[in-house]
Amino acid sequence: MYQYSEEQLLSMKKVEESRSERLKNLFPRMTAEEKQAVLKENHPDYIESAYETLKIGPNKGEKVLHELADLLQGKSRVFGLDINLENPDYDVDVLVIGGGGAGASAAITAHANGAKVMMVTKLRIGDANTMMAEGGIQAADKENDSPAIHYLDAFGGGHFAAKKELLYKLVNEAPDAIKWLSDLGVMFDKDKDGNMITTHGGGTSRKRMHACKDYSGAEIMRTLRDEVLNRQIPVVDFTSAIEIIKDENGKCAGAVLMNMETKDILVVRAKAVVIATGGAGRLHYQEFPTSNHYGATADGLVLAYRAGAKLLYADTLQYHPTGAAEPTQIFGALVTEKVRSLGAQLVNKNGEAFVYSLETRDVTASTIIRECKKRNNGIKTTDGVGVWLDTPMIDIIGGEGTIEKRIPAMMRMFGKYGIDIRKEPILIYPTLHYQNGGIDISDNGESDVENLFVAGEAVGGIHGRNRLMGNSLLDIIVFGRNAGKFASLKVKDMDTPKGLTLKHVDDFEKTREQAGIKSEILSPKLLPNYTKQKSI
Amino acid sequence: MEKMVNVYFFGKKYQVPESLTIMKGLEYAGYQLVRGCGCRNGFCGACAVIYRIQGDRELKTCLACQTKVEEGMFVATLPFFPLVKQVYDMEKIKPTEMIMMQLYPEIYACIGCNACTKNCTQGLNVMQYIAYAQRGDFTRCAEESFDCVMCGVCSTRCPAGISHPQVALLARRTYGKYIAPICEHLNKRVDEINNGEITKLLEDVMNKPIEELKELYNHREIEK
Repeated sequence: MYQYSEEQLLSMKKVEESRSERLKNLFPRMTAEEKQAVLKENHPDYIESAYETLKIGPNKGEKVLHELADLLQGKSRVFGLDINLENPDYDVDVLVIGGGGAGASAAITAHANGAKVMMVTKLRIGDANTMMAEGGIQAADKENDSPAIHYLDAFGGGHFAAKKELLYKLVNEAPDAIKWLSDLGVMFDKDKDGNMITTHGGGTSRKRMHACKDYSGAEIMRTLRDEVLNRQIPVVDFTSAIEIIKDENGKCAGAVLMNMETKDILVVRAKAVVIATGGAGRLHYQEFPTSNHYGATADGLVLAYRAGAKLLYADTLQYHPTGAAEPTQIFGALVTEKVRSLGAQLVNKNGEAFVYSLETRDVTASTIIRECKKRNNGIKTTDGVGVWLDTPMIDIIGGEGTIEKRIPAMMRMFGKYGIDIRKEPILIYPTLHYQNGGIDISDNGESDVENLFVAGEAVGGIHGRNRLMGNSLLDIIVFGRNAGKFASLKVKDMDTPKGLTLKHVDDFEKTREQAGIKSEILSPKLLPNYTKQKSI
Repeated sequence: MEKMVNVYFFGKKYQVPESLTIMKGLEYAGYQLVRGCGCRNGFCGACAVIYRIQGDRELKTCLACQTKVEEGMFVATLPFFPLVKQVYDMEKIKPTEMIMMQLYPEIYACIGCNACTKNCTQGLNVMQYIAYAQRGDFTRCAEESFDCVMCGVCSTRCPAGISHPQVALLARRTYGKYIAPICEHLNKRVDEINNGEITKLLEDVMNKPIEELKELYNHREIEK
């Protein structure tokens, strides 16, 4: 048994007492106006003091969070190093930076098109947010659904800000992405006739969430990783990219790499580079805990920015409504949205529901913050405050065994600390989850810098200013394949890049000086530093 | 002041708060991790460790991000283990036991010691799924092994040299591709998109003015 505090136990009792009533009367959905109001007053994206204006670079004059500004305007790691660009250690057609789902999809696709590909990753292939995506992947493949409806759900959920041509591609190529994964051997949840078992996610109007239990991302990632290895695509692991290299015409032509353990420097000459470096949760924006993996430090954004690529919506982040708030050992860890898809409600300390369970993530997170910070209806936890997620409702609604069968990872995660989520509700609070913005790309996956492609969470604009559950696993596959396809097409008749240079890095340093930026913070960050700390 | 416990990382003694996981304990002691740390949430299998509690004879294994420190815990990390990963072409393999014999013949050398199961960090019945693989029962092997995070601890303890996670992965991919029932609504939709049958509908929505889209979105019908 987990040792809850007395206050927590008393509150838990109220949750149990109100359960049968809450099962009958669902909390109503919000109107568009109510959503706007709760976002404005509570969402972390609206806290102005957390932001600053960029002084240099392609997005000069725009606002981003302090932690990102420090890195985008940081100092390059290449100064003072002896780097020989003339004799590269690797010479390839397509270099993929990043070992997650987007990078693996890009590498597989480029390789299938006949390109000479290599992958580089600062940890291991598969150490990525993809691996941790639990809930599922969206695709409009059922009779009552269509890519057009999927488009409307995602466009509205993202506050009508998505880049149209990117969202078009996302929804239109979704069924083919599922088929591609299925053909690679991914085990989707199906009924005995082969129909996909699908559920709702926050903000969906059709049940189009495909899943592999609550190991959806892990199942996809381990399959993609296996395919990369079967194709014998070289994977250089524990090696980070620290700078993009350009050719004499200012086009992208490779990258400078650093061995994470020996600090050795390596040079890759590549006709095209795909940045698939993922998100930024480990920057702990506004001191939030994060659901992200260890390497999520926005490295790709820094590399691309210094090379001259523009960012889009870099100011907007997703705070997942349900990060674990207790026990302290898993503070911030993701509690998949699927828990709410299957019927669990959010409940305050008095046992009252305060939001419809499947509003979009930004709205839901904002109502939780309001409940705790403004209305004082939160429950005190070891690390702060939280509200209940009433998990026992799932087995009541879906029948005994539903939790065990559909969300085994969640049952295991809490079970390790003596919490049986089938019998008792769990405490949650929003956690930093996803980087809505990123590098601006055209629909062929290319950034403002020619031959520099981007895929996955490092891209900005696919989802607008908020992303729906299940559209990220989808985007890494669709845009990973997309970048792999267009990069491999482009390099087909291309000559080996000439006149390799890091002049743009020197130029950036001069701009820093001219703008009076004196910070010695090195970027990209590569890894967070948690030494000598107790929390996070 | 929080209660501290004595732990021994690679044999060296440190005092860390008792509420920490082994991973956070390592960091608290001052280690900046590069290897042996991935998702920090129990999904990636990067952080396997082996430990013994002082005075106890048994060697135990776990994931460092999922396990709390204990008094008198001697810990060594297992950030890498040389598993055997055979290379194969998914388009050419067939879902028969022959493929297991060809690629991973060592599974037939299993002596039934059950060390793999006893040490699984996910609590899986590893020896059982290997038994299914031996019989070419890919369906059961896939189900039984589904929650595997491929940390490799099972293989470190195996006297027969089996790379259990790789065997299971082959079984799951084979099941997913060749044995699981085919999804007809998916194939139908892919065809419709490829034939351009439903593209116009999507383009129509995409090209509507924002105000109209807002109306549509706010009043869209939601499936029960």
